[in-house]
Amino acid sequence: MSTFLGMPAGRGNLTGAPFPEAAREALGNAQLRRNLAKATATIRGKRANVVGELPDWAELRAAGAAIKDEVLADLDEHLVRFEEALTARGTHVHWARDADEANRIVTGLVTATGTREVIKVKSMATAEIGLNEALADVGVHAVETDLAELIVQLGRDRPSHILVPAIHRGRAEIREIFRREMPGVDPDLTADPRALAEAARAHLRRKFLTVDVAISGANFGIAETGSLVVVESEGNGRMCLTLPRTLISVVGIEKLLPSWRDLEVFLQLLPRSSTGERMNPYTSVWTGPTEGQTSHVVLVDNGRTATLADPDGRAALRCIRCSACLNSCPVYERTGGHAYGSTYPGPIGAVLSPQLTGVERNPTLPFASSLCGVCYDVCPVAIDIPSMLVHLRKRVVEAKGGTPESTAMRALAWVMSDARRWRRFARLGRFGRTASRHVPLPGWSTARDLPQPPRQTFRDWWEDR
Amino acid sequence: MRVALFITCLVDGLFPDVGKATVRLLERLGHEVVVPPAQSCCGQMHINTGYAAQALPIVRNHVKAFERADVVVAPSGSCAGSVRHQHAAVAREHGDAGLAEAAEDTARRTYELSEFLVDVLGVTDVGAYFPHRVTYHPTCHSLRVLKVRDRPLRLLEAVEGIDLVELPDAETCCGFGGTFALKNADTSTAMLADKMSNVIGTRAGVLTAGDSSCLMHIGGGLSRLRSGVRPLHLAQVLEHTR
Repeated sequence: MSTFLGMPAGRGNLTGAPFPEAAREALGNAQLRRNLAKATATIRGKRANVVGELPDWAELRAAGAAIKDEVLADLDEHLVRFEEALTARGTHVHWARDADEANRIVTGLVTATGTREVIKVKSMATAEIGLNEALADVGVHAVETDLAELIVQLGRDRPSHILVPAIHRGRAEIREIFRREMPGVDPDLTADPRALAEAARAHLRRKFLTVDVAISGANFGIAETGSLVVVESEGNGRMCLTLPRTLISVVGIEKLLPSWRDLEVFLQLLPRSSTGERMNPYTSVWTGPTEGQTSHVVLVDNGRTATLADPDGRAALRCIRCSACLNSCPVYERTGGHAYGSTYPGPIGAVLSPQLTGVERNPTLPFASSLCGVCYDVCPVAIDIPSMLVHLRKRVVEAKGGTPESTAMRALAWVMSDARRWRRFARLGRFGRTASRHVPLPGWSTARDLPQPPRQTFRDWWEDR
Repeated sequence: MRVALFITCLVDGLFPDVGKATVRLLERLGHEVVVPPAQSCCGQMHINTGYAAQALPIVRNHVKAFERADVVVAPSGSCAGSVRHQHAAVAREHGDAGLAEAAEDTARRTYELSEFLVDVLGVTDVGAYFPHRVTYHPTCHSLRVLKVRDRPLRLLEAVEGIDLVELPDAETCCGFGGTFALKNADTSTAMLADKMSNVIGTRAGVLTAGDSSCLMHIGGGLSRLRSGVRPLHLAQVLEHTR
């Protein structure tokens, strides 16, 4: 795609094994299937209730989409305004064209403080760029403080959901992980959720009080004021944002909102779409560093400018990471997030990941959908994911060039673009009446019988009538 | 009314009984049915698999085939959906503004069967008699692209003798998704398994839907399990009389 030459492609945790293979493995995991079915059904129900009770949801959704589109249309200007506002308040601003550069900047800032440990607020951007691994390479241990992220980290595992990263784990598994990996944990720890939360709380409290550098992401950045916003449930994020003397926030360049006023729309859209709550328990907003604190903001591109350059794909940058599309997707509900091989799973991941990396490096994700359309219906910023998937499939086909599939599709298109050719072709079906019972169609016939072709096509019946 | 039947390639080649039922139903309601001979396929499989460029001549053929029709009716939500929501965009993206306009014109005259019956003809009771236990699967494209809502159910509820039972999780996709069923066969099968389990749980003898493609998928699975549940297109249920 010549349009995108010169724009940095996204790197980091955005690719994995081909989706069909990864999905096959995940589908065989009964525990995963049960957890996902239960968890997604619960969140879906809660979301439907709190969205249904708002008479102006459609308007809110349209406003959310419009505000994000406005940001994307003049992203360069909003970013400069944001940088000016941040700098004026005493925050140091850094620009990173991709994951490698972002990691270099953050590891440099962290090592300069002399710390061997950092505490982290749950953040998709740092997961995307693989920051924890980069920090480990320079001898710094990153402690995840979001409960589910902590479970994932201690289990030496990967997140499988944007909002509920340990959605694939059960209580008993979590107890085992804590007993094995959490220093000083009660060996008689039970799998009671309250006991598990208390163990994590004690463990994290020690970290909050001793570690002096924190790393966060941000749900929103306000261009007008230079404010950053973190929306969370546990309050652990706020501990990280306020206690340590150094705060480094890694923010994707698409996270901006033009003005303070715009935040109101998103503070309604996000919690209702993500956790199914009217309002999340903790919303932290900070404008410049708090007294005695040094603050840095690292603005990360990592494929976003390339995504922005594609008129048919750029709406994916509206995404506010609510995960309503994951919870509603019949594919995600069955395969879980790991099958997508990217920090961003589910329907939004299937359109975002290939755009950030370039479709060549993610050719199976655009096909990881039955195009049922439920993701579009629930998206709080009205991203037409099905149409975008179709658009990306086209780019995959273009990138692949000649394949047996493309030859067959070309031939079929030749047949189907002319009624006489099509009629002759359709009539051949009757010779397959016996074969349909005995000759398997790869992929289809493992679980489904083929229909038996009729002796006479509809059109032949119509003319004989 | 003179109705141009857009038979769809799948019904033409594999499920002619659905087409026959649609013809008989419309004729019984007093309308004239014509089958424009130049039609073949809507091109949706090509478009949705990434072959929009190859689909362009298919779209052109379709638009031309129906250019003179007053009203076009398809026994498929998915194919009607492609005509209404994809054709003009495909034409436009390949720089054919004339075709895009013609496609938009065709789109405005195109209806899925239940839409045509309920909205255009204004009937819900089509005089059918079908004394069987039936469950209805709302297909994704009829539901979310065309937004037919409860029109098919209203038609079914008016059928004499029918024992219509609600399908749990009815609005969840059956896992067909065109080439998705082949490219992601395992995931598709997992979705199908849940759909079949819900269908079988209703103890219905007949599963009905507005799309032969989804019925081919669910029906193919139900047949493999020797479940005894019969897939029947909505038109086939509505065509039945005493």
